[in-house]
Amino acid sequence: MDIKDIIKEENKVYGKTPVLTDNVMHYCPGCSHGVVHKLIAEVIEEMGIQDKTIGVSPVGCAVLAYNYLDIDWEEAAHGRAPALATAIKRLNPDKYVFTYQGDGDLASIGCGEIMHACNRGENIVVIFINNAIYGMTGGQMAPTTLLGMVTATTPYGRNAELNGYPLRLTELLAQLDGTCYVTRQSVQNPASVRKAKKAIQKAFENSMKKKGTSFVEIVGTCNSGWKMNPVKANQWMEENMFAKYPLGDIKDI
Amino acid sequence: MAEKILLKGNEAIAHAAIHCGCDGYFGYPITPQSEVMETLMAQKPWETTGMVVLQAESEIASINMLYGGAGTGKRVMTSSSSPGISLMSEGISYLAGAELPCLVVDVQRGGPGLGTIQPSQSDYFQATKGGGHGDYKIIILAPAYGQEMYDFVELGFELAFKYRMPAMILADGVIGQMMEKVEIKEQKPRWTKEEILKISPWAATGKTADRKRNIITSLDLDPISQEQHNIHLQEKYRQVEENEVRYTEYRSEDAEHLIVAFGCMARIAETAIDRAREQGIKVGLIRPITLFPFPKKPIEKLLPQLKSMMSIELNAGQMVEDLKVIANGKVPVHFFGRMGGVVASPDEIYEAIINKLK
Repeated sequence: MDIKDIIKEENKVYGKTPVLTDNVMHYCPGCSHGVVHKLIAEVIEEMGIQDKTIGVSPVGCAVLAYNYLDIDWEEAAHGRAPALATAIKRLNPDKYVFTYQGDGDLASIGCGEIMHACNRGENIVVIFINNAIYGMTGGQMAPTTLLGMVTATTPYGRNAELNGYPLRLTELLAQLDGTCYVTRQSVQNPASVRKAKKAIQKAFENSMKKKGTSFVEIVGTCNSGWKMNPVKANQWMEENMFAKYPLGDIKDI
Repeated sequence: MAEKILLKGNEAIAHAAIHCGCDGYFGYPITPQSEVMETLMAQKPWETTGMVVLQAESEIASINMLYGGAGTGKRVMTSSSSPGISLMSEGISYLAGAELPCLVVDVQRGGPGLGTIQPSQSDYFQATKGGGHGDYKIIILAPAYGQEMYDFVELGFELAFKYRMPAMILADGVIGQMMEKVEIKEQKPRWTKEEILKISPWAATGKTADRKRNIITSLDLDPISQEQHNIHLQEKYRQVEENEVRYTEYRSEDAEHLIVAFGCMARIAETAIDRAREQGIKVGLIRPITLFPFPKKPIEKLLPQLKSMMSIELNAGQMVEDLKVIANGKVPVHFFGRMGGVVASPDEIYEAIINKLK
């Protein structure tokens, strides 16, 4: 049997969604961003909403997300993606609008915007990548950095007295009347990837039901910033991150 | 006959926004311009034209809402006053960089810092030289009448979309708070989806199969192409300077001394000019309506007949620097101003003319 006999449409069990572009991703090998991008692209394809979706990319590692998903995009100033998304959705209620933000963008400089967008119950989707570090600027402390964790700006480990505590913003947002779905997921193995995809799909579906804001946190790895190989980073995440950031739905109404 | 109603300048802005078919207003309360959003909320345009009106959590959020909305090709605006515009300046730079059309209204108050809530023109530098980072300009319209507050909303949107750049109405607390008769125009419909696709094919409206994805961004990491983008922006600003200068003149034909003043100070200066003329002093006025583009050529045209120029502003002397560049040493350029929210009276200006120009 020749390989050409095997590569046939009827034998295809899985393929790259056309909503993902052919651009080579700039993310480090082992980074969680690529997997999450793929999941969003697959959800957009499966829901048939490529022409109805507007994404808002952040400042941070995902600033160039618009190179990878073949949809219309707006690239926001640092932390302000929820403000952009608020206006995009209110002015274009027939569109699916999502923001894609990291922990520095969303939980530090953009804390005000995400609080108020969620509190107003904007009918948007927020994808929040929490890898407990500033990746793009070279591995500095994020609001979600764990106590004791070594970063470029906490070279002796995060110290509560000096640097405050890891911020669990997702739990805070679940307290707001404007959020309808708040969940924390991860993408380090096939089972978690499948769960995360379901969560992303539910969030997109919610955004047309006028139920309020859907917020999906993905606890991810930054093996470059953490200075670990990808396998070790996944292991470290399971052993350390999940204790502070437990997985599962926090709110679903 | 067109209807005329008595309105505060700030209220005129709100009515004009609805009447010209604006899609969205996003703002945060600050004195002396809060009537803009209050009037919009009372008018409930979402029930008539479908216009969105949203009280944002901050000026920072407001300007970024403009970015979001403008990126989808909608006609969006905000209003604020000096400290709020400082907060918006980063966002205005992003809007300029991403070439997004929008309208920002600045009803200036005295500064620096929290300053005062009284009228001022001390944000001339901030508005005309680019309050945010990077080499950019925005179109600046300076109204002197309630009617201009009304008319410049539609004009601002027209220019913003013509050149794909932010436009600003740079008013002051006097024009914002003063009540005047304003002629109201007929209600125009908001742009349809089809019109938006035609007017702004670059906008993020949802990627259809027949086109590439539209990306609204001010980011370009390649210095060579970022420089090309800058060259493109500068060329656009040159076109604006070539085509969009607006100004008025008052008794300037035979003037030997030229007063330059904008906004409320231009109106007050007219009274002082009439008195000086009675004394036989040949004084005239040029009132820039556009502060960017600045009316350089009309002033240059008058230069050969002038003995002096004088800038009258509610600040420590800002526009006067632009006049000195135009005068280029050919005539002396004087300045008179009041600061901190004090509005100069016609008497003071008359005295200044007598003392400095005779």
